Amino acid sequence: MRERQPRARDMLRGDLEGEDLERYVEERVVMTSFEKMLGWARSNSIFPLTFGLACCAIEGIPMSAVTARYDIARFGAEAGRASPRQADLIVLSGRVSIKMAPIIRRLYDQMLEPKWAISMGACSSSGGMFANYAVVQGADKFMPIDVHIPGCPPRPEAVLYGFNKLQRKIEGNPDQGWRARYGAEGTEEWARGGPRSEPSAASTEAYELARELIRA
Amino acid sequence: MPDAPGLELIRGEIEAAHPGAVIDSGFAQERAVLSIDPVHVLDVLAWLRGRSGHEYKFLSSLHAADYLPAEPRFAVHYELLNRDRVERIRIKALLTDPGEDKLPELDSCVELFPTAEFQEREVFDFFGIVFRGHPDLTRILLPEDYVGWPQRRDFPVGGEPVTFTYNERNYG
Repeated sequence: MRERQPRARDMLRGDLEGEDLERYVEERVVMTSFEKMLGWARSNSIFPLTFGLACCAIEGIPMSAVTARYDIARFGAEAGRASPRQADLIVLSGRVSIKMAPIIRRLYDQMLEPKWAISMGACSSSGGMFANYAVVQGADKFMPIDVHIPGCPPRPEAVLYGFNKLQRKIEGNPDQGWRARYGAEGTEEWARGGPRSEPSAASTEAYELARELIRA
Repeated sequence: MPDAPGLELIRGEIEAAHPGAVIDSGFAQERAVLSIDPVHVLDVLAWLRGRSGHEYKFLSSLHAADYLPAEPRFAVHYELLNRDRVERIRIKALLTDPGEDKLPELDSCVELFPTAEFQEREVFDFFGIVFRGHPDLTRILLPEDYVGWPQRRDFPVGGEPVTFTYNERNYG
């Protein structure tokens, strides 16, 4: 850095010419598109809404994001906003009761575009253990969710991994196609009525073998 | 807690003042229990609260239960406490199910015990038991447009079945 400063002075004076000038420009200028730069800036300055629903709001957000050991400030998202008008990320941390759902939807609608939502933990993703009359079975029934983080509660590493996934999605490069990367095509399991309701023959065989081993 | 002769004395005195009010008396879960006719619920509570020598002036809990196969089906429990002697007694008002589209009713005790206001709303919310004379009998915990009485035994549990691979293969 110190060595480069005199050269910057030379360039400003107009002393650099020819090949030196070419090299100077190549070292210092990055070509990109405006969308990529905007996504990069946005993904590193997320303002989460200060908002909690249930036990994930106690375990999860303070322990796995804010404390010095895990420290979400490394990713530029430590400044929680107390108003949805100033926030661009809402983390659903806990079970969503049917009485709370319209309030969450209103908070989400009050946030300004662009906005993102993380569903943290089993309860807000699928209802979790609360398969009953009072709890919404998955928050994506009433609002769009960008990232689902499984776990009850999720490990801090999982929360930060999910957050990094969201960052990459904001940058316009969502992490998809991992099955192709790991050579795992054909291992999808579908819920009832999906295109492949039957597990593959290999996975059935492995499952039966595992059961035999457990019995023995 | 009154002992067995004490409970029988209370029962006798209430029956003398309000004939037909007490249906049964006994001990359950180490607590003295008086089962009463819901018509006389205010008479019995007022008697236990005001009568000198008894003076159960504190309503520590009000809740309901659904004993579905049994008849009468519902019961509203009043846990009364005398704070001088630290004695507790449970009053159990037995309510029959009036059938489809009708809700069981009994008198509200908010005038006697102001703490009962929220608890009676909760019982109404979950069991659909109507308290006559309650100042504001609306749902308290569930959304106001909720349909049904979810803590009744014949109410479906709700939720969604989970399609794990194992369930899919064996129960499809």
